[in-house]
Amino acid sequence: MRSRRLLYLAPLAVFAAIAAAAAFYLQSGRDPSLLPSALIDKPAPAFSAPGLEHGGKIIRQGIESASFKGRITVLNFFASWCAPCLIEHPQITVLSKVPGVTLAGINYKDKPADAARWLARHGNPYARIGVDRDGEIAPEFGLYGVPETYLIDRAGRIRFKQVGPITKQVLEEKILPAIEALRK
Amino acid sequence: MSAEIGHFALIVAAILAFGQSVLPMAGASRRHGPLMALGGTLATGQFVFVLIAFCALTWAFVTSDFSVANVVQNSHSAKPLLYKITGVWGNHEGSMVLWCLILSLFGACVAWFGGNVAPGLRARVIAVQGMIGLAFLAFVLLTSNPFDRVNPMPPDGRGLNPILQDPGLAFHPPLLYLGYVGFSVTFAFAVAALLEGRVDAAWGRWVRPWALAAWSFLTLGIALGSWWAYYELGWGGFWFWDPVENASFMPWLVGTALLHSAIVAEKRDALKSWSILLAILTFSLSLLGTFLVRSGVLTSVHTFATDPERGLFILAILAVTIGGALVLYAWRAPSLRAGGLFRPISREGALIVNNLLMTVAALTVLFGTLYPLIVDALGLGKISVGPPYFNATFVPLMAPLILAMGVAPFLPWKRADLAGALDRLKLIVAVTIGAAAVVVFLEDRHSFAAALGIGLAVWAIGASVLELAGRVRLFRAPFGESLRRAAAMPRSAWGMTLAHAAAGVVVAGITASSVWQTEIVRVMRPGDSVEVAGYTVAFAGVREVRAGNYLARRGQFTVSEGGVAIATLSPEKRVYLPQRTPTTEAAIRTTWFADLYIVLGDPDERGGHAVRLYHNPLVPWIWIGAVLMFLGGMVSLTDRRHRVGAPRRSARPAAARPAEA
Repeated sequence: MRSRRLLYLAPLAVFAAIAAAAAFYLQSGRDPSLLPSALIDKPAPAFSAPGLEHGGKIIRQGIESASFKGRITVLNFFASWCAPCLIEHPQITVLSKVPGVTLAGINYKDKPADAARWLARHGNPYARIGVDRDGEIAPEFGLYGVPETYLIDRAGRIRFKQVGPITKQVLEEKILPAIEALRK
Repeated sequence: MSAEIGHFALIVAAILAFGQSVLPMAGASRRHGPLMALGGTLATGQFVFVLIAFCALTWAFVTSDFSVANVVQNSHSAKPLLYKITGVWGNHEGSMVLWCLILSLFGACVAWFGGNVAPGLRARVIAVQGMIGLAFLAFVLLTSNPFDRVNPMPPDGRGLNPILQDPGLAFHPPLLYLGYVGFSVTFAFAVAALLEGRVDAAWGRWVRPWALAAWSFLTLGIALGSWWAYYELGWGGFWFWDPVENASFMPWLVGTALLHSAIVAEKRDALKSWSILLAILTFSLSLLGTFLVRSGVLTSVHTFATDPERGLFILAILAVTIGGALVLYAWRAPSLRAGGLFRPISREGALIVNNLLMTVAALTVLFGTLYPLIVDALGLGKISVGPPYFNATFVPLMAPLILAMGVAPFLPWKRADLAGALDRLKLIVAVTIGAAAVVVFLEDRHSFAAALGIGLAVWAIGASVLELAGRVRLFRAPFGESLRRAAAMPRSAWGMTLAHAAAGVVVAGITASSVWQTEIVRVMRPGDSVEVAGYTVAFAGVREVRAGNYLARRGQFTVSEGGVAIATLSPEKRVYLPQRTPTTEAAIRTTWFADLYIVLGDPDERGGHAVRLYHNPLVPWIWIGAVLMFLGGMVSLTDRRHRVGAPRRSARPAAARPAEA
């Protein structure tokens, strides 16, 4: 009979754990829409990501963070399963055509076959694509989710971070002016 | 003036809610008739005063009273009247007033239509409803007052979020709330029964119509939300496992389990403490949904303002409501007497399979929704699990569920012969395997998923039709006899058949549109044409259009089939003026079997436009199926059993009674 009583307590115990976690979360003052800007103006984390390969063919070369030096880089985390990535795809494509800017993509927790099909369908604007199959690079950047985009200057420092899809407005009012400022 | 009337009415409603939560409870424990009866009067009063407040707020929106802060932030004098009205709940404060309105409406409905419920239980149910109402009215009054004034008064409003300016989304929240809040009644029944310490077959019968009504509205609300996402967001998809979608889906899953376990509680006097737990969990998940959306703990495509203080308040309501109910459950449920016995292979057994799979499915969705939060709270970084997780965990749970759903109506209560039931189903088994085989042979890609999905759909629809045919003895008795039997069939049986077949229709829609979707992304210049799934789509160009409160670029596409023009489609890119927010309006040509879906993208520099064209086979079936499910629920709700013949509470253990068929 004792063990039966414990069974009836189980729902309460589970709920208490969830409530405690939620309270802790709210108390911690984290606001998911205000993201840590700790990396702003700091050097981008060092990493090396292998290129995207599918069917024995290298679709794009991988990324070495050392290569950021000397040019302006837009680093975009994307995945084929990510619907908002599709929304920002036209804007990402615009970014790939901005002179003097290298557009690099990190394919996040994706199957290479899915990523290859997604790029074939929607167009591949990336000059380089690094694969982060197991989400190992993402934590270095404090990734909240995909899509997420970083603007890195010629000295290899992160100058701007966009969480969530780049809308046309963000592109025109924030990112393009920021690139313009970096070019001077 | 209307703002002050509304504010005052809300305060009166809160005071009435306080009385409603205390007096009938006291009356029930002292068996004091007039005190118990007072609960009904107070519930009606609470409803009337919340209605006054709601009307006052609506009036402020309709007359564009820009001295009210909420109207300034969410309305604009140039907005069409319909969207002025729907703007009332298109914002945080107003939507919480709507929440309270529907909650008090359900409380009053228990008072009005609960005449066949035992007076003590009814008084306690109304009291629990009063407590929930008080909590939410306090939430509105203390943290989210929609009647705050602004001084000086601005000349015009800042407009409604344009993505909400859409008929689909305008009626999505009220339906969803009818579902969410409807489950407050089953929750109140569960808590009241635990307080009484008595759950019997009569309890199951009283709870069922409420669960059915709430479930039906929730079904329709979710379907409307998904339809909106489909045609408005312009991604060609219908479900994104977004946290807010999950928040409405979890109560649906557990509510479906409750709907079925309550049948066992009523007919067989079994699964009683489990049904009580499900009733508590369903409403808990509804509250969790509200918490997740309102507190801003999870960010998503849903665009409401967020505020941590409100989050803490809702969390406190959650802790008291859910925590309190679960404490009561841990304390009282072990002493509930177990009822009718049954073998694992029986209708009860099949319904338990339904219950377990639905509950586990809800838990996997809950886990996937909360996991990013837990990881973040532990300081391990921010992550998202994404659709791969949900597809990998959810689909394998649904397959056995649909299989069991087909067989269950063929199993008798208490003990059954599975081989015998399958023998009666052999025609459908053959058709199902045949359909799956055809899919495997015709299709080279994704064949397993497609075969499984189409097989399950055929199975669900076929088994439901066969069950119906068996009931009316179709082709076995003269046709007139079959018709007479069909007319005499209980409405609840019709409801079940309809809802189960509808599940098959939904599965067919989801499978076909996921597996056989055609997507073409192309830059088109005026005069270009493209072939999609047998149609030729010709692009005539883009016009600038100004209508109401937005500017649009409208694309002109002519669709022809076999050289004959059959439709013109005009997808738009709109910019709503007050905030200059862009939205995408997809153009859709639907037959009952497929949608042709066109989205206009941005122009390039050389006169071309990015165009996305989709051909989505069977996608309308997803929503047709959901509407059929809703109708199934409604038909079942009109069963005369729910209106007449109030069951007597059993004095002796109900297991001793002869089992109903």
